[in-house]
Amino acid sequence: MAQRRDVSTRLTRRTFLALATAGAAAEIHPLAFPAVVRAQEPIRIGQLIPFTGFLGAIGEYGKQGATLAVEELNERGGVLGRKIELITEDEANPGVAVQKARKLIEKDRVVAIEGLVSSASCLAVGDEVQRAKILMINAGANSDEIRSKRCHRYVFATEGCNTQYVSAIGNWLIRERKISRWYFLTSDYAFGHDLLRVARNLLTANKGTEVGSDLAPTGTTDFSQYITKMKAAKPDLVFHNLAGADVTNFLKQYAEAGMTLEVAGGVIDSAYAWPVGESLRGHFPIIWWHELATPASLAWAARYIKRWGRPPDNQAYGDYVAVHAIAQAIEKAKSTDSAKLVQALEGHTLTGTMDGLKGRPLTFRAWDHQLLQPMYVVAARDKSKWRDKWDIFEIVSEVPPRGESLETIAIPKAESQCQLEPLA
Amino acid sequence: MTPAVFAEFVLNGLVLGALYVLMALGLSIIFGMIGIINFAHGALFTLGAYAAFQVKDALGFPATLVVSPLLVGVLGMLIEATLLRRLYLQDPLQGLLLTFGLTMVLEQGIRMVWGRSPKPFDVPPAFAGALSLGPLTYSKYRGFILLAVVVLIVALTLFLQKTPVGTIVRAGSRDPMMVRLLGVSLRPVLTFVFGLGTAFAAIAGVLSAPLAGVQPAMGVNVGTAAFVVVTIGGLGSFWGAVISGLLVGQVVSLSIYFQPRAAEASMYILMAVILLLRPRGLMGERWEKFE
Repeated sequence: MAQRRDVSTRLTRRTFLALATAGAAAEIHPLAFPAVVRAQEPIRIGQLIPFTGFLGAIGEYGKQGATLAVEELNERGGVLGRKIELITEDEANPGVAVQKARKLIEKDRVVAIEGLVSSASCLAVGDEVQRAKILMINAGANSDEIRSKRCHRYVFATEGCNTQYVSAIGNWLIRERKISRWYFLTSDYAFGHDLLRVARNLLTANKGTEVGSDLAPTGTTDFSQYITKMKAAKPDLVFHNLAGADVTNFLKQYAEAGMTLEVAGGVIDSAYAWPVGESLRGHFPIIWWHELATPASLAWAARYIKRWGRPPDNQAYGDYVAVHAIAQAIEKAKSTDSAKLVQALEGHTLTGTMDGLKGRPLTFRAWDHQLLQPMYVVAARDKSKWRDKWDIFEIVSEVPPRGESLETIAIPKAESQCQLEPLA
Repeated sequence: MTPAVFAEFVLNGLVLGALYVLMALGLSIIFGMIGIINFAHGALFTLGAYAAFQVKDALGFPATLVVSPLLVGVLGMLIEATLLRRLYLQDPLQGLLLTFGLTMVLEQGIRMVWGRSPKPFDVPPAFAGALSLGPLTYSKYRGFILLAVVVLIVALTLFLQKTPVGTIVRAGSRDPMMVRLLGVSLRPVLTFVFGLGTAFAAIAGVLSAPLAGVQPAMGVNVGTAAFVVVTIGGLGSFWGAVISGLLVGQVVSLSIYFQPRAAEASMYILMAVILLLRPRGLMGERWEKFE
């Protein structure tokens, strides 16, 4: 390219194409080409999030949530007087995710990494950042294992863990006396297995019976055989431990098969519940829903809709919180050194304009780095009560209720196997 | 397992198999005529579903069954006429690489046009709900899929056996040189066959859309299964693809009942066994031009 410029100032087809592509890329990617000429290097934050595969839809929301956080921070002058820059990569699968993490750390020199959705990828990248001593905030992976047996000093979680989610839905199921004869359908990978374990504990602790259990490969498109098995086993409740596009397919086909059995799940991503449409039914635990009626939350949802033209899902929320948590750590530590950031976040309560939007103080536990927070049980809303196509859920309860300790739904210290490594 | 449950499993397997058959027939006629393994088949299946999503509100579901395969078929013909055609005299690997690349371009294109989030696609109201057949209740829409696939297989058979173009396709598959010597130009036929094959992938996509979510990666598993089906049935064999598609549907379906953990592997195990016993596949014949 340099040579070409020397020999000719004429606009050749190749340079034209290169310029046009760069121009188009700049338009799509305003953050990749910051308009401001900076006196100082920006603070780079890496984001790993899935854009492909059965979790692909979540990534787009996660990126928008994180981008909005970065824009908010830069509008008020950045952090420590420096602009924030977000570099997003596709986490794809555990192998690729680790490669991308290395690229973010070594080539882009990010001060921290946030994101991750697949528990399998999160476990792999967690080991990697611990080796590299770079702060990571898990904003989307649910396995308890990430906070317990394989917890790390440099890894924090703003995403809830399976125990928090299952305690929330369990709380509702116990109250409604729905703990009796259950059928489990589980995604056959790290997240599903971990969720199945936690849900089984809930069932046995409340003297329920398991009448059947199936593992389905991720990316399953036809669930009819599993549904036939459920029908034959005659449970009182079907409890699914599925993720991503599998949730959409399963819930659609469940309704299409004419199933009327009660259904509940150990988690739901609204990005995958929206496309189910009017056939959606059941009760699910969720970390955040855009109709959550706290002033801060409603205001943020409105800002998001204005910026991106659609309401945020739970992953947009997760990555939004994670980026702000990193910024708060940098401000508190007055440094971008990961070891100092880790110390700043241990026991840190989210503050100021970004307190987690839930109307109660949220704190990172010092000993396992889990953000303590309430969960919400949502019920599928009848189509006749929808205001628009996004209006598929209503919040039926906040768990634990206000006034009760957030510790009650988290992994108890006595049961955790978490041993954090020393800092250096 | 009660008879009703068993019957439902067989029906589920039949529907799964019927969709495999549609995919495999498209692949098989393309391979038979052009000698290229179309790696982009899964992506064209996805494109069929998205095309249907795009027009269904304006035209209604029944029209999508015609419009979507037509659009995707035309795209297929353009691909043949502009890209694939240049590679016929080259190493067959080139065609494989080209269609493999096309898969990525198409999938990424879909992400750019329609976004990454799955699109809602409800079962058409006329087919919502279940049919009651004695002790058995079965989804109306799945019944419709079976019917539609039977009609399509019959139509394709009639086309290949009874029409002049069908005769050229059959003859051209076996001995292109002789067809040319008889004064028939194969060029437009090759273009047409590629379009027809991709149209079949698109119809499978439209039929799947109300069941599986419409999302960019929806064709990956189905595409892979279609290769397995064609390999088991015998490359280029029409009835081989039909029988093998139905067989694979049953094997996958029943293994979910008896050995759920082996369900994903079952079709590959079947393929390995069949290839050991009959290396050309179930109905594969010795074709001069591929030996």
